[in-house]
Amino acid sequence: MTDEPLLRVNSLSKFYGSRVGCENISFDLWPGEVLAVVGESGSGKTTLLNCLSTRLMPTSGAVSYRMRDGVFRDLYRMSEAERRFLMRTDWGFVHQNPADGLRMTVSAGANVGERLMAVGDRHYGNIRATAVDWLSRVEIAEDRIDDEPRAFSGGMRQRLQIARNLVTGPRLVFMDEPTGGLDVSVQARLLDLLRGLVTDLGLAAIVVTHDLAVARLLSQRMMVMKDGHVVETGLTDRVLDDPRAPYTQLLVSSILQV
Amino acid sequence: MATPLVVSQLAKSFTMHLRDGIRLPVVAGVSFSIRAGECAVLGGPSGAGKSSILKMLYGNYSADEGQIIVDHGGRLVDLAKASPRAILQIRRDTIGYVSQFLRTVPRVSALDVVAEPLVARGETRAAAQDRARELLGRLNLPEKLWALPPATFSGGEQQRVNIARGFITPHPVLLLDEPTASLDAKNREVVIELIADKKAAGVALLGIFHDADVREAVADRIIDVTEFAAGKIAA
Repeated sequence: MTDEPLLRVNSLSKFYGSRVGCENISFDLWPGEVLAVVGESGSGKTTLLNCLSTRLMPTSGAVSYRMRDGVFRDLYRMSEAERRFLMRTDWGFVHQNPADGLRMTVSAGANVGERLMAVGDRHYGNIRATAVDWLSRVEIAEDRIDDEPRAFSGGMRQRLQIARNLVTGPRLVFMDEPTGGLDVSVQARLLDLLRGLVTDLGLAAIVVTHDLAVARLLSQRMMVMKDGHVVETGLTDRVLDDPRAPYTQLLVSSILQV
Repeated sequence: MATPLVVSQLAKSFTMHLRDGIRLPVVAGVSFSIRAGECAVLGGPSGAGKSSILKMLYGNYSADEGQIIVDHGGRLVDLAKASPRAILQIRRDTIGYVSQFLRTVPRVSALDVVAEPLVARGETRAAAQDRARELLGRLNLPEKLWALPPATFSGGEQQRVNIARGFITPHPVLLLDEPTASLDAKNREVVIELIADKKAAGVALLGIFHDADVREAVADRIIDVTEFAAGKIAA
């Protein structure tokens, strides 16, 4: 276990004109750690995720990432090409809508293989074998490898998006409502799969969700956001079982018991 | 060797912001220590704060005041002020916890639920599963259930999975929140034996047992929680 974080976030803020997207967010993320960011729509959680993953330029603050050589680099001082390379290799980004993260008109196998080619893999046989392996890990049958994701169900598309992201062995994965818009039974399968993969691969992940059950199942740490600010942060089970901020108490007490 | 767990002047209250900020004091001035090889039992009526104390010691509840000093691999750490990351490490290596109810995860088999804490400590999956089989067998969980996710098990069966999961690791401190509540006499006996084994191995145990027979069989000492009633000390 390493004693250095993977990601350091320091006073990160994003303003849209005079409106606050997110303000003064600071935290560290360690390898193998899953952080859930929860809050209602408009709380700034997706803005934060986009600022962390270089998809959106923050107004102020710093985000630094420990590269594979052990050196911390400020994400916003890297060149565009370096950032893109990081995105394609060492990071993954799982969108709520799989269509945003997949290429819908090429085959499932090519969707997975494309990320491998981006890191320099050129051997067709190897790429296809790795794609088959990853499809089976996300429980997609081998005989669907040549089908386009357009022909897949929502749950399968989401699993394919996960395979596409994880095939390059990233160390950090961003997820934006990864189970949003799926049936509960499909959600359970996906969550279990994600939980297994995150544990087996020792991934660090930042998961944005409005679903506290998803946060409980996937994350060790949790950050509760409201109006662009962090209102409470800590161990996931502590925040859920002993919430202290008024807003967190409201959130926790609003869960319907089944 | 340092005392595995020393608690001093621990206090806890809940502030209910949705109920006009009403403050519910739970306990105050909680002080005790647990030696290696000893099983202490928290005594007192329901609502006295026994579970809250246990949950603070596991980091599941925050403490308003006081210290929870844990011997974490030879280093003394105050769990009441530790970072989330430090608490996770303490849970993995030093403090185990058997809760009253099993929190089931869809699609994970009983065997893997039990083996997981050992795997998290770096044991191989095969070795951890062997140990899990041994424990589930000892707790008389029918073998045909081992490969199934425990969500559909009866209360007593889930409880036994939970106990096996809590007892599988060599944690030097073990917290037990009514582990025998829904067990029959035969399996209560097994839990009493498992606790005796832990004591012999030098584990420091702290538990809540409503069942008088079990309490008498395992307790070296009763800690009366009513002494820590919140109103008493504050005055």
